[in-house]
Amino acid sequence: MTSHLMPPLALTLVDIGRILSLAVIAGGLLWLFLRAIKRKEVERRVIFLFIFVSVVAPILFPTVFQEKATPIVKDVFDKIESLPPGSVVLLSYDFDPAMAPEVQPMADAISRHCLVRGLKIIYMCLFATGQGQFTSTLENVIKPEFPDKVNLVDYVNIGYKAGNEGVLNVIITDFKKMFPTDVDGVPYDSIAVFKGIRSCKDLDLVISIGGGKPGIKEWILFVGDPGNVPIASGVAAVVAPLMYPYYPAQMLGMLGGIKGAAEYESELVHHYPQFKNSPTPALLMMGPQTLAHLVIMAFIVIGNILYLLERKKGRKR
Amino acid sequence: MKKTTLIIMAGVTVLFLLSWIIKALALEGMQEDYIKKAFLVTFSAFLTLSILSFLYRDNPFYKFAEHLFVGVSAAFWMSMGFWSTIVGNLIPRLSQNLSVFFKVHYIPGDFNFRFYIPVILGLLLLMRLSRNYGWISRWSLAFIVGTTAGLNFIRYLRSDFIKQISATFVPLLVDWQGTGHFFSNLDLSASGQLVMMLANWTIFLGVMSGIIYFFFSKEHTGMFGRASRFGIWVLMITFGASFGYTVMGRISLLVGRITFLFRDWLGFNI
Amino acid sequence: MKRNVPLAITFIVGAVLIFSVFIPPMENWGEDFTLFFDIIAVFAFFLGGGNLLRVHLTKLSRRKQDWPYSIVTIMGFLLMLAAGLFRIGNPGDINASLTEQGSLFQTIYDSVFVPLGSTMYALLAFFVASASYRAFRAKNREATILLVAAFIILLGRTPLGTIVTGWVPESFSILQIPNLAIWIMNSPNLAGQRAIMIGIGLGVVSMSLRLILGIERTYLGGDDK
Repeated sequence: MTSHLMPPLALTLVDIGRILSLAVIAGGLLWLFLRAIKRKEVERRVIFLFIFVSVVAPILFPTVFQEKATPIVKDVFDKIESLPPGSVVLLSYDFDPAMAPEVQPMADAISRHCLVRGLKIIYMCLFATGQGQFTSTLENVIKPEFPDKVNLVDYVNIGYKAGNEGVLNVIITDFKKMFPTDVDGVPYDSIAVFKGIRSCKDLDLVISIGGGKPGIKEWILFVGDPGNVPIASGVAAVVAPLMYPYYPAQMLGMLGGIKGAAEYESELVHHYPQFKNSPTPALLMMGPQTLAHLVIMAFIVIGNILYLLERKKGRKR
Repeated sequence: MKKTTLIIMAGVTVLFLLSWIIKALALEGMQEDYIKKAFLVTFSAFLTLSILSFLYRDNPFYKFAEHLFVGVSAAFWMSMGFWSTIVGNLIPRLSQNLSVFFKVHYIPGDFNFRFYIPVILGLLLLMRLSRNYGWISRWSLAFIVGTTAGLNFIRYLRSDFIKQISATFVPLLVDWQGTGHFFSNLDLSASGQLVMMLANWTIFLGVMSGIIYFFFSKEHTGMFGRASRFGIWVLMITFGASFGYTVMGRISLLVGRITFLFRDWLGFNI
Repeated sequence: MKRNVPLAITFIVGAVLIFSVFIPPMENWGEDFTLFFDIIAVFAFFLGGGNLLRVHLTKLSRRKQDWPYSIVTIMGFLLMLAAGLFRIGNPGDINASLTEQGSLFQTIYDSVFVPLGSTMYALLAFFVASASYRAFRAKNREATILLVAAFIILLGRTPLGTIVTGWVPESFSILQIPNLAIWIMNSPNLAGQRAIMIGIGLGVVSMSLRLILGIERTYLGGDDK
């Protein structure tokens, strides 16, 4: 009601912040451009300051964009949708804190999706740090949003084992040999999630969330291809382009970088409106991401103008 | 130590204490252990800013944070490895008494003594720290190298060679939605027949020419040279795409840290 | 002893792991050998920790440049070791998870390891930006192709792409930047990455064979005795 009564030009504090920050960045880029025309270099710290401002401004004055899932992301979402309740999905946390801002939102969104669909989840990790990162999902997603889900029955955390691909080479034929217990020492045979699961070949889906070695590549080479196990992934942007040759024959889908995570969050909220109020960190991050991309593109253009002017000057000489 | 350095250090200490107090006051009544939690958030912020201070120039705060990271991460991996794999996989197969001590389920077996092999090889690996007997660690290294080579040989051959070659032989004329028409939907729609055909041509020719570019046993002249040149262009697009994704990734990590500073430390409602 | 024994070990282990793929009764051997490998990997972590301690203690005792920071490394190492290896500050039983919320180990992980690890990589955002301004130049045809591809991806992977080219009609939708970005990833990027992957794959296969057959011996070091 109030919004109808408000004049059309009424601006909130956030709007003013957005406009001011955009003006500051645009002004700064103009200054950089003018310096480039005069063939003057700038100190690298100025460039750093630009990036800092272009990331901070949209965090303080957020703009949330709606994302539409691209086919490669939709394939992962649809695969989880197609699994009947009670299917077992393995979610491997193959990442460390350095990759977490990009891939933790993926792990959380996929966990939400699996749990709301009534799928059982086996959590494990090929990075020792993955176990600590799972604690974040447990405390921020599973416990508060799914209080009815029971450890060992609906999900289990079997944690980390050293040995990278060596771990996978064992669990492709025998889970229990590598993971005799879960992280709390509960024996394999007492864990309800593992009922009917002897090896990775019995799983309905494996999703590796990561971005380094060991990660999705090892899962494809040591589990997906030899065991004919459906594999999907959520990877840091640095690794995403490298994984395209596996798609779709060896890897059914992939969430690449924060954009992939945002698309997945958007798809999840679209299909399950109950998650409308759940945190969507990846969607929030697309604001700063967009502005920073724009600034970097401007840097490339200005840098090239500077280069062309210098080359022209060099030719004249 | 220089006087300026001392003044800066004192200033940072005062700021740290001030931030701790303000954070504790903000958390009071909202959380248990608010003094401890305020300290931990402030300390995390201090470490974050210490690393970011490298952007100005190398300095004692950055060095402190960097050295702390090295020490903590080494011990982190050791601890995780010990409790997950030594206690989780080795002890239950080696000793009933130790299994009872560590409260893990003993796994009986007739040939469990074979698990002394990795223990011996592991101990030999530690001999690398010795100046005189360091050479004996080669035995363990040989085991590691042999395992890696044996594991990789088949897997890379299957997944990264045979399957990739196989996936490259794609139809160059695309049957439109299984109707038997090869030239029916030739607009520039992203999901159209022409674009799909173009994609398949690019994949086939791109992979072939890319491989030709990496083939150094023949001089890159004539037709072979032209194919190699096309290969370079395809690789340049690949590297461009990788660059774009790298930018995206690095910015995301920065957004993550800045969000921590503004939301968790400074208390902005983001 | 110094040369022949390691060569024999590499050959036997490598051969067993290859044959275990083809001969199902040998599968168990393959599993055992990889489990041994996993256990030895932990000893390698201990070797890393021991080496770190040795280097920093030496630096400290010889008062080398920046020696006070070695105290920080050693203190951090010992503190995390106390919390992790000796489970000090872990409220659970000896078999409880180390990473349980509230344990000292998880607290140090959250408050020290996470901020340090993630900020180290976050720094790279600034250097990537600086490199974009200073080094990303269209000097020749190849560099220009790279630059254009990067531009399309940078635009296409944000909502900007849709804003700029969303008006392009459906029959020309490949020209919409987000679609173009997807096409680049699925076609030329895939082709280039696959060519690289096949090259690396062949390299790994041939190197593995050379190692198993004892042709490649550089990992044994220079001492031939």
